[in-house]
Amino acid sequence: MIEEKDVEHIAMLADIGITKEELPEFTGQFNEILDYFDILDEVEETGAWEQELANIFREDEIVPSLPRDEVLANTREAEDGFFRAPRVM
Amino acid sequence: MSATPVTQPANTGLAIDDEVIIGLEIHCQLDTKTKLFCGCSTDYRDDPANTHVCPICLGLPGSLPRVNRKAVEYALRVGKALNCGIAPEAEFARKNYFYPDLDKGFQITQYDKPIAVKGYLDIEGDDGEKRVRITRVHMEEDPGRLVHKGAADRPKYTLVDYNRAGIPLIEIVTEPDLRSPKEARRFLNKLRATLEYLGVFDSEKEGSLRVDANISIQPKGWFEREGKGKADRGRVEIKNISSYKGVEKALTFEITRQKNLIRRGQKLESATRHFVETRGVTTSSRSKEMEQDYRYFPEPDLRPLRVCDWAMEIVLPELPDARRARFMDQYGCSPIHARTLTGELKLAEFYEKVADIDTVLAATWIADTLLGELNYRDMGITLVPPEQFRELLVLLREGSVTDKSGVEVLRILLDQLKETGSCEGARACVDRLGLRIIVATPTLTGEDPVMEAAREAIAEQPQAVADYRAGRKEALNFLVGQVMKKTRGCAKPGDVNKVLARLLEEG
Amino acid sequence: MTSVTFSPDDRYNAFITTLSEAETGPGRLSDIPVAVKDNISTRGIPTTCASRILTGYIPPYDAHVVTLLKREGAAIVGKTNMDEFGMGTTTENSAFGPTLNPADPTRVPGGSSGGSAAAVAAGMVRMAIGTDTGGSIRCPAAFCGIVGLKPTYGRVSRYGLIAYANSLEQIGPMARNVEDVSLLMEVLTVHDTRDSTTIACPYRHTPDPTIRGLKIGVPEEFFGEGVDPRVASVVWEAITRLEAQGAEIVTCRMPSMAFALAAYYVTCTSEASSNLARFDGVRYGPQADTRRTWHESFQDRRREGFGTEVRRRIMLGTFALSSGYYGKYYAKAQAARQQVRNDFLRLFRTVDVIAGPTMPTVAFRLGEKTDPLSMYLSDILTVPANLAGVPAISVPCGTSEGLPVGLQVMGQWFRDEKVIDVAAACEQGVSV
Repeated sequence: MIEEKDVEHIAMLADIGITKEELPEFTGQFNEILDYFDILDEVEETGAWEQELANIFREDEIVPSLPRDEVLANTREAEDGFFRAPRVM
Repeated sequence: MSATPVTQPANTGLAIDDEVIIGLEIHCQLDTKTKLFCGCSTDYRDDPANTHVCPICLGLPGSLPRVNRKAVEYALRVGKALNCGIAPEAEFARKNYFYPDLDKGFQITQYDKPIAVKGYLDIEGDDGEKRVRITRVHMEEDPGRLVHKGAADRPKYTLVDYNRAGIPLIEIVTEPDLRSPKEARRFLNKLRATLEYLGVFDSEKEGSLRVDANISIQPKGWFEREGKGKADRGRVEIKNISSYKGVEKALTFEITRQKNLIRRGQKLESATRHFVETRGVTTSSRSKEMEQDYRYFPEPDLRPLRVCDWAMEIVLPELPDARRARFMDQYGCSPIHARTLTGELKLAEFYEKVADIDTVLAATWIADTLLGELNYRDMGITLVPPEQFRELLVLLREGSVTDKSGVEVLRILLDQLKETGSCEGARACVDRLGLRIIVATPTLTGEDPVMEAAREAIAEQPQAVADYRAGRKEALNFLVGQVMKKTRGCAKPGDVNKVLARLLEEG
Repeated sequence: MTSVTFSPDDRYNAFITTLSEAETGPGRLSDIPVAVKDNISTRGIPTTCASRILTGYIPPYDAHVVTLLKREGAAIVGKTNMDEFGMGTTTENSAFGPTLNPADPTRVPGGSSGGSAAAVAAGMVRMAIGTDTGGSIRCPAAFCGIVGLKPTYGRVSRYGLIAYANSLEQIGPMARNVEDVSLLMEVLTVHDTRDSTTIACPYRHTPDPTIRGLKIGVPEEFFGEGVDPRVASVVWEAITRLEAQGAEIVTCRMPSMAFALAAYYVTCTSEASSNLARFDGVRYGPQADTRRTWHESFQDRRREGFGTEVRRRIMLGTFALSSGYYGKYYAKAQAARQQVRNDFLRLFRTVDVIAGPTMPTVAFRLGEKTDPLSMYLSDILTVPANLAGVPAISVPCGTSEGLPVGLQVMGQWFRDEKVIDVAAACEQGVSV
């Protein structure tokens, strides 16, 4: 049984932002869905899925990088070739 | 270790035999041509920001990683050199967190299934040879680089350069087996040398090695017995120390800080701290680090590594310990010289290029003189052309210059190298400064400068001559000194002695 | 190089972006208008995933499949509407409004490739590519009455597909008939070493409707409670027609179906929570606000940029992967997945393909499904193929209440050809 404060904690962990107004409905839906997931408790752990493919490598050879104007094309706030981001603290 | 339990009240102060418990987590950049998951060149340091990126390392939506085979080979070399077991199946995993330098919002690393585990590295401990256990070795990608902008009076923001994003890293984690900052430094030196010998690491590249150190102070024997620390003696993690010297300084500072807290009876909380290189202190950091939930899960865009067979085929090059033994064996180096000379790959290679002149002479001059002069000038061995040094060794070997002159010439050549990147020949320098030893001839005739100087000295110092003739042999030393002055140290003291003695006898 | 003009009457809101002049060239798709779902990267053409968080994003590179289309001369005429980031079964979760079902514009076209399906069904384009994570090609194909194939996992490169759930999704062809789906499949399966999860296995096949002697397994669970009896009846008729064409029908059981939907939703939300972490507004999308702190700006960006369903799934996935819950959810989901695979392995020892309805109902009315869990439950018949990675197709097999019904055929790994053949046989059966 998940409570609103648990949902708030998950939102914080996921840095996802939900509003106070959304919280009750989200919490209700969450619980419904998690209840449905409980069926997985009955699954026996049969051991991990063995991937057939393994050791997929590429050679250590240089491939031309993207030209810088293309790298910066999708931002409007480049500075001296750097991306601008909000300060961390 | 005694079997009797250590009974100390909870709020105890420091005991004299309390132990310092240190473990290290080292991140090294692997010296491949391209990044771990894409073909961008790793040679980014001299280039402008964001010129070594592609959709993959830039984290553009829809891009997919591809594993660099060479990086895996290098990781296997490291695992083997550290005596680890290679995992039958290794797997990349996502470490999820949000930070501006992490463009995908996750780092591709290895978590449950690292490439190598349970190894060791033998080092010179505080009390003799010591085995430091390696918990694990795994591969991961480097994040980008942040530059913080703004100041007190202007809004702060961050600039991001993703050139470094995706550079292959190897992470090496030790058990908390180290017992002093010195041991930590020695471990790092040995590790660095090993990585250089393996050809997987370039220690000259700035930022190519970063260390997280964790440290606590426990009553003697407690840690071995309990497997963890006392409740009131938390463990501190010092993150992101980027120089070898920094590690020793940071740990030394932290020990003092912790001991002071313990003496005052204060409880040490487990915490994360940062080392401020310029001030030599550790400062507390947001403890949010400890609460992070990284939600690791296997990287779904990559396939597992089953590389045991490959690992078995890998033949390692000669490693530091083997080279050290060979230097003692093959070249007759002393244990101390051998250790010094093999401490850095480039140094060992330098030695072997010039050792044929005279192995012991070369060892002495490199280990005892050249290294000191290089350190003083903040120069690396790679700046010294081996041929030039050979020339100097030849002159020393054949007795053409005194040791004192040899040092003088060496200093001049190094200064020239530091300033201009090149230097004159050793012989040319010796001749230019007139430092060649003058060989005294046994005859009393001819233009022999030693003879000349000896005659002058005798003429100028009648008192000393009289003293000598009166039986005071030490007066001869005084005359020898006079002659040495006149010949500017270029005569061999032994020869001067003989010549003077002869002249005085005859005179 | 010539071009194809494209000025459609997009009354169904099938497209997010259209190109009035689309380049075409020589090749097997020469002069053919093809629509591309808007979660597939197209160089120089806005790519939004139907989300506000990618407003203005113009990829500097083409997805592998787009390169292949261009190489065969296809005229890429537009990017189609979808559920945001592929999360949905109705194409109602789009920042650009819902797409309408050409068969009945008061109803949904299915999702998440609803735009691609509607564009094909309405005759705006001859072919389209969609993506299928839990049924997102097959569902709209069934609801709109067209053919849609989810290839074997690993047969088509995902390079350039904006990831929702990496271990489940595939790009696949959609068209009005099996022949065109097959042609498009040939174009799409050229191997790409940039996707480490692919196996080189080019598809070269002419659909062959002769199914004499073919064994078709029909699991009981596919005709269970949740399936509308009218839909079930239409599908049974189609299966009976296949029998008349010489196939042998074998009823069977798939007990892992009990866990399949939960395993699917745990897996896809977990992977999505990680895949969608990169939209921080620093390199693309609406700019991050540098006047605020990183975490504040990041949270705002995600609250404003992601729709409700996307945020819900990110949170579910974050929860499923979180410390203390990983074992209960994610790890168990992978074990359940193994059981689904095992069921397929077991069944394919005795049958060649497996058939049943694609969807438990016909297309819902717009706005009908408001409860998330009830929406998720409609994926029950399509998710097993994604969990196991087997190829699966939806082919029109009749109508119920005047609305299209789809027959789903699933085949063995890398036997997409056989699946196509059965679909061709069905197609033949319908027209007869």
